Amino acid sequence: MLSDQDRIFTNLYGQHSPELDAAKKRGAWDGTKFLLEMGRDWIIDEMKGSGLRGRGGAGFPTGLKWSFMPKKSDGRPHYLVVNADESEPGTCKDREIMRHDPHLLIEGCMLASFAMGAHACYIYIRGEYVAEKFALQRAVDEAYEARLVGPSNIHDYPFDIYVHHGAGAYICGEETALIESLEGKKGMPRLKPPFPANMGLYGCPTTVNNVESIAVAGTILRRGGAWFAGLGGKNNTGTKLFCVSGHVNKPCNVEEELGITFRELIDRHCGGMRGGWDNLLCSIPGGSSVPLVPAEQIIDAKMDFDTLRNLGSGLGTAAVIVLDKSTDIVGAIARISYFYKHESCGQCTPCREGTGWMWRVLTRMAAGRAQKREIDMLLEVTKQVEGHTICALGDAAAWPIQGLIRHFRPEIEKRIDQYSANPHMDAVPMAAE
Amino acid sequence: MANRRLAPAAEQPQDFAFTPENADWARGQIAKYPEGRQASAVIPLLWKAQEQNGGWLPQKAIEAVADQLGMPHIRVLEVATFYTMFALEPVGRYWIQVCGTVPCDCCGAKELKAALHDRLGPSGHVSADGNFSWLEVECLGACCNAPMVQINQDYYEDLTPESLNKLMDDLAAGRPVKVGSQIGRISSEPKDAVNTLTDPSLFDGSRVGAWRKRFEQTEGAGPSEEGTKRDEAASTEARVADETKPARPSAGRANESKAVDAPAERASAGETPVKPQDQADARDAQAPAAQDPAVEEDKLLRTEPPQHPAAVGAGDDVPEGENPEARADAAGTRPKGLDAPREDRPDDLTKIKGIGPINQRRLNDLGIWHYDQIAAWSPKEVAWVSAYLAFPGRIDRENWVGQSADLAGSKD
Repeated sequence: MLSDQDRIFTNLYGQHSPELDAAKKRGAWDGTKFLLEMGRDWIIDEMKGSGLRGRGGAGFPTGLKWSFMPKKSDGRPHYLVVNADESEPGTCKDREIMRHDPHLLIEGCMLASFAMGAHACYIYIRGEYVAEKFALQRAVDEAYEARLVGPSNIHDYPFDIYVHHGAGAYICGEETALIESLEGKKGMPRLKPPFPANMGLYGCPTTVNNVESIAVAGTILRRGGAWFAGLGGKNNTGTKLFCVSGHVNKPCNVEEELGITFRELIDRHCGGMRGGWDNLLCSIPGGSSVPLVPAEQIIDAKMDFDTLRNLGSGLGTAAVIVLDKSTDIVGAIARISYFYKHESCGQCTPCREGTGWMWRVLTRMAAGRAQKREIDMLLEVTKQVEGHTICALGDAAAWPIQGLIRHFRPEIEKRIDQYSANPHMDAVPMAAE
Repeated sequence: MANRRLAPAAEQPQDFAFTPENADWARGQIAKYPEGRQASAVIPLLWKAQEQNGGWLPQKAIEAVADQLGMPHIRVLEVATFYTMFALEPVGRYWIQVCGTVPCDCCGAKELKAALHDRLGPSGHVSADGNFSWLEVECLGACCNAPMVQINQDYYEDLTPESLNKLMDDLAAGRPVKVGSQIGRISSEPKDAVNTLTDPSLFDGSRVGAWRKRFEQTEGAGPSEEGTKRDEAASTEARVADETKPARPSAGRANESKAVDAPAERASAGETPVKPQDQADARDAQAPAAQDPAVEEDKLLRTEPPQHPAAVGAGDDVPEGENPEARADAAGTRPKGLDAPREDRPDDLTKIKGIGPINQRRLNDLGIWHYDQIAAWSPKEVAWVSAYLAFPGRIDRENWVGQSADLAGSKD
């Protein structure tokens, strides 16, 4: 188990005060000026050296992303935008950072902005997090008052930080949709290129990072990229907040080393599996967008980017949804499909039409009111939605269904058989192609 | 997509204006955004309007916000109908939003919905006493505390049908209620079983400043262990940069083409991730390019024929698949390298446009550590390095020799 000394989020559970004095005692804002004086290149090198991969789901190396920003300004201002639009089902980690350890985030914003030459930072927080918005705003006010940030501050780097509040749209977690939303438009993703590092917020170079990726920066720079790289495994370095939900005895958020096994994660931190390990049906290991992994494959798997990708799934945001054998698995995936139908922004036809179509067919399948040949048709449609949309929402809608068909086709067939074995008034419908 | 419409005309109020207090607040919000970008404040202003109007957004409020921000009405209407947290029809005094997405769904949200249905009838209707209305919504982001509801602005977590009913009784009767977990958790910790973050030295300030030792030590000799770990991490970076979509599972068929021109791909090839040309294009939007000497010079560099014809000829027919040194020997002469950087202080070759960290390492391996070494390359040596790095003609195109001469000059 990760030792307490190596944990970054020391007030994860809110047992201590989130205020500035207490945060300073826990190590926030400790020597920030010293770190800034080490220079921009040093900060980026140290972040690259840590091997930190973005914590928002895609796992792109954070240091590399920072280095994409133009080294010199061409007259346009640079922006850092922090993605606090946490809405991937299963994910509830950024919320704890914002309400319990907000100063780690604000300090990280300062360091990251300095590293990319930005003098302004917007934190885009999802609309539902009202209490978190107030908590974060209070911490920002504290930082301004203590002159840690602001136009003239004790760090000699003019820097303004603003909290921006969204209004409930999953798609705004996509970086270009978030930028659109921040500009006061509908959150519809933009085509890339141009990439935000070149043309982002207000047409200026912008980097969008997840809350957790930014909040760990201060500690990484203090203790060194090598320290962070020494935790976890090769290519999957460091610590990560896991959000374990579903059928475990004690669901919780916990910071652990990447590469901890699924079994250890549940046994050590979550009070074990509800009804014992034999009761595990499957797990969705990275938020609802990734395909499920059946029990026998996940149970001793390492929880990191590469292992889970090799299992045909992904670590995503490390939102581990655990499902036991009482779960109606087809119904659960149908519910996920409804989520994507609801959240599709409507810009690209394959996603707008496809998400609804897939949900309707899956809902019938959950009841068994379907034809067996529709299973392959459904699989084919998921392949046609995937990769044919501007953003990854189409992919995210397709993958859970592909995972279901890959691992639970017999279950779907069983339901169809059971349904057709009984007499019904209506004919079994068939989806139109 | 959700189908969202404005409330029928009969329910719409005749007019809307911010109270003086809210109008002040609105001006504060607009000031957060740069000059001319006041449209960014549309969501906060709509929020305030919704709050002032008892939890829902009438048409007049949408128009008032549009007028204040100088936006066409339709743009603000688009925003109000796109974001699902703007209620377009009247809601109860307590608006209950039940999270119904999978983590909550499998932990009891179905029972909560049934309880609400029994008590209040179908969703989307205000109860007869005007106190409650309810709606199933998508993930509210409190999955470790499932199942949960949001009532107006507050989260109520770890619910059962019984505790939800009691909560509603208390709210209706005006009794105080406890926000957050209803089973006594502080937040998302494992209930009564916290076995992490127990070390008191994390919280008493005794660790503050301890990290500075690292810098005192490294100022002496560079520890080698740190070096290996850093190499390991660098391999992460290089490897992930090869794959533009790293964390995605394989879909069982190719859906990525090599033609994708992504910064990650360019970085993995050692190029500058954002092309100077793109930067120049971006600049065009603001200032005419012809007035910008840097852009002009950049264009000249791109269109001018290379200055060393021999190098190009050699570079173009580089045989594939051979040992790079043999290939390079066929093309030119190897530049002389140094065993180690002079005074142990190598120059940062990545400052040269076209050289990234990977190519810098390969050049270092050849014994090239300084700008003046590159500045002194002969055309034959340029050809050798071009072939070695498998960059036919690029060294000339990007004028590494000239750039190095400038950098070497500025260093002195």
